Amino acid sequence: MKDSYYNREDLKKFGEITEWQKELGDKFFDYYGSVFKESALTAREKSLIALAVSHAVQCPYCIESYTSDCLKKGVDEEQMMEAVHVTAAIKSGAALVHGVQMMNQVNDKLM
Amino acid sequence: MTQSLKRQKHKLSSPEGQIEVLDNVTPIGIPTFESKLSELGHTTLKPTTIEVFQVNVGKMCNQVCAHCHVDAGPDRKEIMTKETMQQCLDAIEGTDIKTVDITGGAPEMNPNFRWLVEELSAMGKEIIVRCNLTIILANLKYHDLPEFFRKHNINVVSSLPYFTAKRTDAQRGDGVFDKSIKALQMLNAVGYGKENSDLQLDLVYNPAGAFLPGDQTTLENQFKRKLLEYDISFNNLFVITNLPVSRFLEYLIRSEKYQDYMDELVNAFNPVAAEGVMCRSTISVGWDGYLYDCDFNQMLELRVKAASHIAHFNIEELTARDIIVNQHCYGCTAGAGSSCGGTTV
Repeated sequence: MKDSYYNREDLKKFGEITEWQKELGDKFFDYYGSVFKESALTAREKSLIALAVSHAVQCPYCIESYTSDCLKKGVDEEQMMEAVHVTAAIKSGAALVHGVQMMNQVNDKLM
Repeated sequence: MTQSLKRQKHKLSSPEGQIEVLDNVTPIGIPTFESKLSELGHTTLKPTTIEVFQVNVGKMCNQVCAHCHVDAGPDRKEIMTKETMQQCLDAIEGTDIKTVDITGGAPEMNPNFRWLVEELSAMGKEIIVRCNLTIILANLKYHDLPEFFRKHNINVVSSLPYFTAKRTDAQRGDGVFDKSIKALQMLNAVGYGKENSDLQLDLVYNPAGAFLPGDQTTLENQFKRKLLEYDISFNNLFVITNLPVSRFLEYLIRSEKYQDYMDELVNAFNPVAAEGVMCRSTISVGWDGYLYDCDFNQMLELRVKAASHIAHFNIEELTARDIIVNQHCYGCTAGAGSSCGGTTV
């Protein structure tokens, strides 16, 4: 085993997950391909959403993939960073909105 | 970068040095381009017809772009003589070749550039000039180029790798974006790229790094929208893949991205793009009159497998020749394909 849980080379092996469960693997990749096709949202918009979500789930494979994909689709640096700020805003907002729960608890517990 | 690889005496400034790297496929574990072609049933790649006569009038340029496959720059003095230009004119006169594509370096820096254009114009050829834009502003003597282009109804094809200064200047040099914008405005002012005008202004996009270009139409729409903020209009955006040749090859190796980039090119190999590669319909002439299958083979000094000097131009023999391929050819067959006129699929 490698010393690190994450190995960059593993991204190239993503397709190999079908080898141990072909039916579900094939269905996943078909679905994945369909999701990212140009449709009601453009492929470019989907790539930016994917970049933001990649940061939310903090997946280094996804961050590399969708940074490259955004560059290919002509997205500029400022737009990519704004997408990451959307992630940050939602994640920090999600933490802070729970502050209301904390406030509710405090109000309930104190006289 | 301020000096050409040649001036730096870099190993990759020589065709032999580059071919040695490209031919060494075993360590990076990719198939040879020839073997990929043979999977499609091509034992050799043959031309269809010769539609485009591409003339590289010299390696001299006012810019030193980081990705340049010509290794062009102010320190390159190799330029085509008037005598060789005359041989080019003699070669194509009376042939069915309709389009002459003039490239460089900055072709306008060749002192006989305007004479060549005037002669071609008199012959009734369709003329493309690959203008780097900043040359128009580089010196007072070039300021009238938009008017000269208009007079001869030249199709101006200009590189603009991106619609922001940061990414454009990183590839083409400090201040290039601002000067390019000004030059585009000057071309628009004489009627280029305008609606209801037949003066054609096309832009070339190539990625500012080790990644493949995206969809041509999507990028064209973005460029049109962004450049409108500068009151600039143009006709088409040609999306071109960077080939692992000269400075881009040097960049890939120096930044340790060569393996990944070659993998990406090979994984994106498109049989349809392979059928439509530009070398099947183009002949490329070097500054010294030698003939090549394309501008990239020219830089690798892979001369055509036929009488290989313009003085002995034989269109029948050239149309029957075997095209020389190597690993860099994967750049033209990846994804939607790549040529001097953009995608091929």
